[in-house]
Amino acid sequence: MEQFKEIWRTFRRRPMGIVGGLTLLSVVFVAIFAPWLAPYDPDEKIDVEPGDLLAPPDAGHLLGRDDAGKDVLSQLIYGARVSLTVGFVASFMSMFIGTTVGLVAGYYGGRIGNALMRLVDFLMVIPDLPLMLVIISLWGRGLWKIILVIGLLGWTYTARLVRSQVLSIKERQFILRARAIGAGSPRIIARHIFPQVLPIILAEAVLSISGAIIAESSLSFLGLGDPTLISWGMMLNFAFERAISRMAWWFLLPPGFAIIWVSLGLVLMGSTLEEIVNPRLKSHHLFDARRMVALVAGESANQRVNE
Amino acid sequence: MQRSDYLIRRIFFALVTLVVVIVFNFFLFRILPGDPIKAIVRSPRLTREAKEKLRVDFGLDKPVFFDAERLREGDVVGAFDTQFTAYVRALAHGNLGISFRSRRDVGEVLAERVWRTVVLVAAGETLALVFGMALGLVSAWRRGTRLDMIILLWALFSWGLPTFFLGIILLILGRGHLPVGGMVIPGLKPEDGWTYWADVGRHLILPTLTMAIVYTSSYVMIMRSSVVEVLSEDYILTAKAKGLSTLQIMRDHALKNAMLPMVTMIALNLGYTVGGAIQVETVFSWPGIGRLMYDAVMKRDYPVLQGTFLLLAVSVVAANLLADILYSVLDPRVKM
Amino acid sequence: MALLEVRNLSVDYLTDDGTALHAVEDVSFSLEQARSLGLVGESGCGKTTTMLGMLRLLPAEGRIVSGEVRYRSLQNAHSPRLGGVPREVDLLRLSEREMRKYRWNRIAIVFQGAMNALNPVRRVGDQIAEPIMLHGAVDRTTASERVVELLELVGITPEMARQYPHQYSGGMRQRAMTAMALACSPDILIADEPTTALDVMIQAQILDLFQHLQEQLGLSIILVTHDLGVVAEICDDVLVMYGGRTAEYASVDTIYNEPLHPYTQRLMEAFPDIDSPALKTSLASIPGYPPPLDALPAGCRFEPRCYCKSDICAVESPPLLAVKPGHYVACHQVRD
Repeated sequence: MEQFKEIWRTFRRRPMGIVGGLTLLSVVFVAIFAPWLAPYDPDEKIDVEPGDLLAPPDAGHLLGRDDAGKDVLSQLIYGARVSLTVGFVASFMSMFIGTTVGLVAGYYGGRIGNALMRLVDFLMVIPDLPLMLVIISLWGRGLWKIILVIGLLGWTYTARLVRSQVLSIKERQFILRARAIGAGSPRIIARHIFPQVLPIILAEAVLSISGAIIAESSLSFLGLGDPTLISWGMMLNFAFERAISRMAWWFLLPPGFAIIWVSLGLVLMGSTLEEIVNPRLKSHHLFDARRMVALVAGESANQRVNE
Repeated sequence: MQRSDYLIRRIFFALVTLVVVIVFNFFLFRILPGDPIKAIVRSPRLTREAKEKLRVDFGLDKPVFFDAERLREGDVVGAFDTQFTAYVRALAHGNLGISFRSRRDVGEVLAERVWRTVVLVAAGETLALVFGMALGLVSAWRRGTRLDMIILLWALFSWGLPTFFLGIILLILGRGHLPVGGMVIPGLKPEDGWTYWADVGRHLILPTLTMAIVYTSSYVMIMRSSVVEVLSEDYILTAKAKGLSTLQIMRDHALKNAMLPMVTMIALNLGYTVGGAIQVETVFSWPGIGRLMYDAVMKRDYPVLQGTFLLLAVSVVAANLLADILYSVLDPRVKM
Repeated sequence: MALLEVRNLSVDYLTDDGTALHAVEDVSFSLEQARSLGLVGESGCGKTTTMLGMLRLLPAEGRIVSGEVRYRSLQNAHSPRLGGVPREVDLLRLSEREMRKYRWNRIAIVFQGAMNALNPVRRVGDQIAEPIMLHGAVDRTTASERVVELLELVGITPEMARQYPHQYSGGMRQRAMTAMALACSPDILIADEPTTALDVMIQAQILDLFQHLQEQLGLSIILVTHDLGVVAEICDDVLVMYGGRTAEYASVDTIYNEPLHPYTQRLMEAFPDIDSPALKTSLASIPGYPPPLDALPAGCRFEPRCYCKSDICAVESPPLLAVKPGHYVACHQVRD
């Protein structure tokens, strides 16, 4: 618990991380309160006349209408739900699998460890998107299928990360002590090793959510999203297929920027966290020499910065 | 570490992966509901001769993996006279089946389009590498300054950018100034010589730019952390103590060490690069393997889908192996 | 003027939140030609920082706050870049460009733990030749000849020049680093913990080498170490540092026979002399730990661990005073 308070304390002082966190929160807010925020029902075609199809933004429809006459803004708002759902659930799945594999491979080592790492190597070599494309196109479309595919293929990096952490923690004093007093392996892993690895997993989890969201939007854009739901990727798919020749930028651009918005927030947050939990504080030897010798500029006593 | 040992291990691993990919590819298309390969036989689009050829080549009336009955009879060799062996045999002859849509030989279609993707990926990766390394170097050297922050923020931003959306943006921006679809103006042929190739080049600009921007980000970040790591090493201090200037230190000591992780990064990235190519080719209608895969998904052209996947997976495995070999050559610590 | 005179050198390290840690405060000493100085103290007392500060090789967060480093260069045929006229300069006030001409050329440094002080991806011979070509404006062939000369001087067969650092043993690396340090025939050689982490036989070799260099080449040596045995063997003068400040500064005989600072006295007790008639039955150690840089005592830095302190010691920092010509002590208790 202590270490999380410490992490939070440090995180609070990093503007980039805070910006990222707020960005993410804004999207979560929109997703949760979608029914209240969206001006229209996203599926509803309102008073559709030919002129309404792909209508540019006006007072009643801040982002215009799509090629079926539906309100773009409402679709955008509801789209947040799909993206976040896929992002969080798929990421959780990957994290869970990856952490388990990493813990086992790292702690037990030997044959099991090697076998697991070979598996990780195999999966890492096979290209992601083509594999996902093939599986979804054969298996069928659907929200849970997408979540499963992304989740079941995205755990390899985490497994490697966790394993290398476990390897270094394994030899530390407090672990040896725990073993000396006869603590069983699962207990050691759960109570001693896992808490140490948790911060790193959390940092990685945030980043992996962004990866999952982008994966879902890519699959949806390529036509493999859940046809019953609106996701930002699907919107882009429709926009690209049907609106590109008319340059309906209000339909083409917002979903993409929404993806960038949430992804940026996650990446900022995630990389700040990563920096905090995995500090590689190395000072390097090449630095602007002028700043080093304060004397050359003639400022001597002033250089003693406040204590 | 002995280089020969290292290489043998990597080659072995690549071969095993290859085998796994082939087996996996086979099963994937047979186990899933609807057994798409069997569906070929019912497809109205193919001629009877074509269906017959497929039936024979791929043993579609035989058991999938092994024949349990024959095995019980003691006929071990016969037990393996199955779809799987037929598939492997066909594969060995370069026979990947027949496309549902175009009724052409899958292998032929792939061979025709491969170079277009290769050109796109090669151009994109090269640009990305050059920019990535340059920006990463500057960023690391000027670590903590505003320039570093700007470069880092840009890298983070473009890392979180979906490739296809960047393509769309560039398409919108470039419309009217640069070609935004296809590979060449209809009517031009390779026989037209320079005019043809110049036009191909023009069409290549936006797709390549898209790929380059996306992949620069990961190279920038890796190069930056690699250079920062290198610059904190003792031998850099030694170099400075010798009286070398920053430029000399970068050039003679830091660069070579810092570039080693880049090689690994290129290999790791290959899977994503392929995914990116699919997206870029779709957005810009670039007629390569990526676009082929997209079309195959849309049109449910399973033989093409299977063939494309196999090709892509094999390419990535091969490229990874090449990267391993290259790394062993560059790092003298992995020596004979 | 002596060859090198350091006056009131102070170095700070800046932390992330801007506070300054006073790593070295007000250190002064002088070095004559063909004499050697031992810089002694516990780990973290500021010895290495003083040396790095002198050569302006501090890491990014280091700041030289005050002081002078006056160097009088001797006429030397190997340094066309400096010309042959003896000049007196304050190294701290030179431009970086000017400073680079002095590094290695006039003052060279052999770092502690030569493990990573050599670039792992470049051949050792190349690394030794590098400063020769940089400072001497000589061509490759001449440089290569000199490399052979240097390697033989330290007892390494010339064929090893084509090898990489990881192919050298620990002792060999240390000797190679020494050879490299002598490449430009410097006036001063700084050896930072040259014997730590080496086995006794190699230690003896290195020390013999240093002694030989001092006698044959007129080389001045600054030996930074915490090993008093090494100091006793080859140093002429000793500067004892504690908590970033000078505790005592005198000739080696004086330090060993008439140590006046309580810290020096304790150090002497902690290093048993095998030749002394009354061999102590137990090893004395100094209880307590050196002061952390962010919580330095207000008065004398050694006061918390001192056994003969009085009230003034906790309040006022003792100035460095000459007790006798050539014998300096910073302690309130020592009054003559």
